[in-house]
Amino acid sequence: SFPPSFPPHPCFLCFPLTDSCDGDLELSMVRHQPEGLDQLQAQTQFTRKELQSLYRGFKNECPSGLVDEETFKTIYSQFFPQGDATTYAHFLFNAFDMDRSGSIRFEDFVIGLSVLLRGSVTEKLRWAFNLYDINKDGYITKEEMMAIMTSIYDMMGRYTLPSVRDDSPYEHVEKFFQKMDRNRDGVVTIDEFIETCQKDENIMASMQLFENVI
Amino acid sequence: MAAGVAAWLPFARAAAIGWMPVANLPMPVAPTEKNKRQDELIILNVSGRRFETWRNTLDRFPDTLLGSSEKEFFYNEETKEYFFDRDPDVFRNVLNFYRTGKLHYPRYECISSYEEELAFFGIISEIIGDCCYEEFKDRKRENAERLMDDQEDNKDAKLPNMTFRETMWRAFENPHTSTMALVFYYVTGFFIAVSVITNVVETVPCGSSPNQKEVPCGVRYTVAFFCMDTACVMIFTVEYLMRLFAAPSRYRFMRSVMSIIDVVAILPYYIGLVMTDNEDVSGAFVTLRVFRVFRIFKFSRHSQGLRILGYTLKSCASELGFLLFSLTMAIIIFATVMFYAEKGSSSSKFTSIPASFWYTIVTMTTLGYGDMVPKTIAGKIFGSICSLSGVLVIALPVPVIVSNFSRIYHQNQRADKRRAQKVQKARLARIRISKEGSSNAFLHSKRNGLFNEALEFTSSTEEEQRLTKSTSLLESQHHHLLHCLEKTTNHEFVDEQYYQQSYLEAGLQNYPSRSPSLSSQDGVTGTCCTRRSKKHHTPLPNASGPAHMQPLTHAHTHQQGLQELSTIHIQPLTTSRSSLNMRVDEPASMNCQSSQITTAIISIPTPPVTTPEGDAHLPAGPIHQNVVKVSAL
Repeated sequence: SFPPSFPPHPCFLCFPLTDSCDGDLELSMVRHQPEGLDQLQAQTQFTRKELQSLYRGFKNECPSGLVDEETFKTIYSQFFPQGDATTYAHFLFNAFDMDRSGSIRFEDFVIGLSVLLRGSVTEKLRWAFNLYDINKDGYITKEEMMAIMTSIYDMMGRYTLPSVRDDSPYEHVEKFFQKMDRNRDGVVTIDEFIETCQKDENIMASMQLFENVI
Repeated sequence: MAAGVAAWLPFARAAAIGWMPVANLPMPVAPTEKNKRQDELIILNVSGRRFETWRNTLDRFPDTLLGSSEKEFFYNEETKEYFFDRDPDVFRNVLNFYRTGKLHYPRYECISSYEEELAFFGIISEIIGDCCYEEFKDRKRENAERLMDDQEDNKDAKLPNMTFRETMWRAFENPHTSTMALVFYYVTGFFIAVSVITNVVETVPCGSSPNQKEVPCGVRYTVAFFCMDTACVMIFTVEYLMRLFAAPSRYRFMRSVMSIIDVVAILPYYIGLVMTDNEDVSGAFVTLRVFRVFRIFKFSRHSQGLRILGYTLKSCASELGFLLFSLTMAIIIFATVMFYAEKGSSSSKFTSIPASFWYTIVTMTTLGYGDMVPKTIAGKIFGSICSLSGVLVIALPVPVIVSNFSRIYHQNQRADKRRAQKVQKARLARIRISKEGSSNAFLHSKRNGLFNEALEFTSSTEEEQRLTKSTSLLESQHHHLLHCLEKTTNHEFVDEQYYQQSYLEAGLQNYPSRSPSLSSQDGVTGTCCTRRSKKHHTPLPNASGPAHMQPLTHAHTHQQGLQELSTIHIQPLTTSRSSLNMRVDEPASMNCQSSQITTAIISIPTPPVTTPEGDAHLPAGPIHQNVVKVSAL
């Protein structure tokens, strides 16, 4: 700073190598090596080359081998510049971080991707149900669905046509529950969900949409 | 999109499966990769040094040389590598940019050669990472200044159309421009020196006859000194008037420091001329002669160093001010203490606190004249404490000031604070632009893509090629992802201007008018229906038909509310470029490009039924136009 303050700050006399960024120190010290290529090949539906290519991209972004939630949110937000993708990224993070460790390892990442890209439709639907079921109790309540829907609408941002009204997510949730909740008990179970989705051609078709992503 | 993040695009797309069960609408078709090849290594031979990287790495930045098909021009068939006849050392940085997404600027590299390499490879220098950006900008500015200085030296040649006044001003400011100016420069310098020496010698006692007291030379040779003074003042006056005449902005010139010094230097003489016959104010007149010493400051026109010293003193004002303040504090404290300590002793010189100031100052600056010394023991103790603390108080800020001087001397060439602010602003602007860039790219390609689709209903390979030529595969995949999100929420992305515009139009809609809008509405419907009838569509698979007529009619009441209003304003809304093309051509594109996704799209609503509550039910604020599509729900 100019002009320098006088008397000089006492830290000026301290040993200059002690800095205060201990927060970063923790994560950079921790390193995670993934399981071997053979084990991952057995656990997922990817070929060896695909796993290699995936790991190269993963390692490039996260040299420590772990993705924490903040990094995940940052990465995901880059794809949605107009809106706020952090809340949805949070739910997505929890869907991938199966052991609730607070960080995604490469194994979690690749197993999740394997389900999404190479799994059967039932597995994909199960994954989606797991995503919506925030507290992982096996039931999707209206509040959970509301949170998910709000986060999806947040990703659209302000400048949309038509404009996102405050009750747009609510209406959407109502439609969803009308469709999915067969016995009208206010929650959607996994069976109701899978059954309803299997009857919907639209949804079944869109599940196959991302077959050739890798 | 940043490089490394491109690696996560497959993940983001896969995660989009999470939206599918809640989507209201069918998803758009995914862009296909025409020839999906496995990732392969490519060899880049730069002047003999071989670099190898994955092809995907280079594809991250498709608008650079290496990321586009432009590199095919450099492909060597025999050796199966790409050969570039460029500097391999700089190329290392270029390739690292692809690998890490950050461009670095090495310090040892020459700025112009680096920029040439960047220009060759199609990389704009603004994306240099923050870590190296300051250095890069500094060097660039130095280079630019050097070039400008070179140009100015050439420019110093006399321009043909300068007026006499401008010539004179330039001669005054830059003595090197002509011999006349140089002569003038030296003459004035000489006379300043003469004037100063005269003032000094005036006071020296010259020898005189023994019986008389020694008199200063000024008194002895009054006439001579007076003539010398007159001559100098005349020269200075002439110089000042000439400068005043030649100055481009006289008011600004008169306010400048140098001209004030000039005026102060010659004024005493004139005042003295006026006042010589008035003996009462001769005391004041004598005081005025002191101001003649300011002539020495006229030397600062002749010396760059003096000017910089003055400027640095001005810049260090806060340090100097603090030094003065702390000294004053210490002086007052110690003077008080010494006064009360020495109060008891007899014949003490410390008669009052202000009188003790002198002692304190002399002691703290370690001068120690000895004209005032403490006699009591307490006084001596405090006196020694005073001298010790004096050393500390003075010695500590001085190195700070000195280092400031040297730093400011170098910074004298660059504007430091302003530049820091500009860099910060520029950095934020860059981040914002890149963010807007990616969202703008999507909107832009949306319109372009739709125009392309609207032209032909049957897709051909050339159509696809035309599409993919404008956007890379990565971009088109990203856009597809955003398109899926639009479909999930049944809202569209628009850019800000369009949003404001349609917001205004919605505001305009709010005044009721009874003009029948059926015809126009039919017209619009007619167009859509006729188009729709051409296409094959299956009935709604989800047989909850009556159940979801409810939302349809609900939406229709809204629509009717709108329909009661003036027709003029409906048109822009429904026939707006993106919305109409979107809605009308969607079925076309859907049905021709994919065989998988077959669902009925019902555009614009069925013929309106007037309801009484339509009028009252005017939407205020944002448009309630989500009526256009109803599909499987």
